[in-house]
Amino acid sequence: MTNDEGIIIYRDVHKWYGDFHVLRGITFTMQKGEVVVICGPSGSGKSTCIRTINRLEEHQRGQIIVDGIELTNDLRNIEAIRREVGIVFQQFNLFPHLTALQNVSLAPFWVLKMRKSKAEEAAMKLLERVGIPEQAQKYPAQLSGGQQQRVAIARALAMTPKIMLFDEPTSALDPEMIKEVLDVMRNLARSGMTMIVITHEMGFAREVADRIIFFDYGQLVEENTPEEFFHNPKHERTKLFLSQILDY
Amino acid sequence: MLSKKVSSSHSVPFWRDVRVLRVMGQVVFLVIIAAGILWLLNNLQVNLRACGLRISFNFLRNTAGFPISEGLRYNPTDVHGYAFWVGIVNTIRISLIGIALTTIIGTVVGIARLSSNWLVKKLAGLYVEVVRNIPLLVQLFFWYFAVMLTALPMVKNSIRLPGSIYLTRRGVYLPWITLAESFGTWAWYIIGGLVVAIAVYVFRRIQLKRAERPGFPIIWAGTILILILGAGWFLTPGNPLALTIPVLKRFNFEGGLWLSTSFTSLLIGLSVYTGAFIAEIVRAGILAISRGQTEAARAVGLKKAHVLRLVVLPQALRVIIPPLASQYLNLTKNSSLAILIGYYDLMNVGTTIFNQTGRAVEMIMLIMASYLTMSLLTSLLMNYYNRRMKLVER
Ligand SMILES: Nc1ncnc2c1ncn2[C@@H]1O[C@H](COP(=O)(O)OP(=O)(O)OP(=O)(O)O)[C@@H](O)[C@H]1O
Ligand SMILES: [Mg+2]
Repeated sequence: MTNDEGIIIYRDVHKWYGDFHVLRGITFTMQKGEVVVICGPSGSGKSTCIRTINRLEEHQRGQIIVDGIELTNDLRNIEAIRREVGIVFQQFNLFPHLTALQNVSLAPFWVLKMRKSKAEEAAMKLLERVGIPEQAQKYPAQLSGGQQQRVAIARALAMTPKIMLFDEPTSALDPEMIKEVLDVMRNLARSGMTMIVITHEMGFAREVADRIIFFDYGQLVEENTPEEFFHNPKHERTKLFLSQILDY
Repeated sequence: MLSKKVSSSHSVPFWRDVRVLRVMGQVVFLVIIAAGILWLLNNLQVNLRACGLRISFNFLRNTAGFPISEGLRYNPTDVHGYAFWVGIVNTIRISLIGIALTTIIGTVVGIARLSSNWLVKKLAGLYVEVVRNIPLLVQLFFWYFAVMLTALPMVKNSIRLPGSIYLTRRGVYLPWITLAESFGTWAWYIIGGLVVAIAVYVFRRIQLKRAERPGFPIIWAGTILILILGAGWFLTPGNPLALTIPVLKRFNFEGGLWLSTSFTSLLIGLSVYTGAFIAEIVRAGILAISRGQTEAARAVGLKKAHVLRLVVLPQALRVIIPPLASQYLNLTKNSSLAILIGYYDLMNVGTTIFNQTGRAVEMIMLIMASYLTMSLLTSLLMNYYNRRMKLVER
């Protein structure tokens, strides 16, 4: 299979939690190097959607193809895709018993079988890239929220993923720390990383996104360039959402 | 104006200096404790002298004269000191086996309480609630009088469980492994295997370290040990170990392993009781790790086994081990209730001795010292383990 069609192909994907229909036939494609921002009201299925991309959640109908590999129950495919897709969570989910450096170098050492010194060297470089080399020996509990989230980004980058997923990376942060995390993400986007970002930071979306996708009730309601999305939304529901979020 | 407000540290009078006060507090506390102990000891001596008694442990060399029905080989003609030792070994025996059993019960029930299966979850919850809320002594009486001595049949009509296990009013009979003649030969393979396994472990560790590669050298060492033991088994003429199975003769079973009624009820009672507490500890330990931890670990590509070993266990054990250790200590101390259902633990033997000799003070001192030694040893081990866990991770 060629990648010409897109690095992420999402075709009529459905998912249920018991009786609850969370994803109701989502279809979209992403090209390499694209940055897509997903927004939408709480509970609309945004997190569920991006978590199906690295199989933290299973979909029940439809097709998801990531970098030419279709996500099925084949464990080998799942592991291959997890190596190519990094994810950053709202709650950081750093390993509290490991230092920042160990958090970042753990997977390269155990999964990529890198030499320890190499893995740590690479981890150090990543910590420099996210701007906190001096925090390398600290434990997560000793770091500020913004620093923790930057370690989490470095940890995801350590597997040299082709795609990065961000699930509301700044919503658990104090306002003064949001900028430092967004800066890191902006640089990452400039470096050509393929990214899907769920966020309510509309300024960031406007500046960085190639496209914005709007979710409501498990459906992809609108897909547009930032320019069009903010100034000329097609759907009533998008307008309503924007008026609420921009007002406050 | 300013210089007046900033007073330097020398000018603080010592009765207001926090550091001095802290040390003073310790000293005063120590002095009071020491004085109290001296006063008590003095009192004891005065009173003992008034009764014409003196503290002495010579009675330990006198013949005991009473029977002990289980444990080390023992004769009523043996001395008190040895009888007491038999009791200590019996306490250690019930504690160690009980700790193993209760850990299994607690872990299984603790995990069951988190099960997504409704029935399993409710049953496990019921077990914990019922067992935790009935006094241990009542439970021991239940197992001893109601189950072992009433519900179970006489030896002749014993209940047979699969695997040649017999339940009777006289206790439980199980198949057991005994050493055969050729065990001596096989023992060399055991020793050799251990030496080689340790060597492999050390070698592999150094190798991994030098190559800076991940791995679990213990798996290599274990495999080698099993291979050598297996090879030894086939190369040794005759089987080194033999299985003896209990067989019903005229009046009783012969062969196999006999667990007395008292031992069995005490073992089950202690393990079931402590298991309920351990189940809660295990449950808390697992709950302490958020789902996000496993998700994050899976998302960076770690295999399931690695997620468990590198992320879940190190965190769960830190929460579980300290309260688990105190449950082990509880089980050991609670085993002193053995006296009420006729198991010859150190408390039982100890009180028998003091009833016979009238040496109450000495025996209580010995009994206390024995429990204290066992508890302190356990604590020491646990502290060592805790410190190691901390060093690795913090
Ligand atoms: N494990 C689960 N079991 C059952 N329902 C779930 C589960 N996880 C999520 N849901 C439900 O699925 C719906 C979508 O959840 P999701 O987390 O994807 O929403 P979201 O768009 O990310 O919302 P938010 O902005 O609040 O994060 C919600 O209504 C939620 O209650
Ligand atoms: Mg969400």
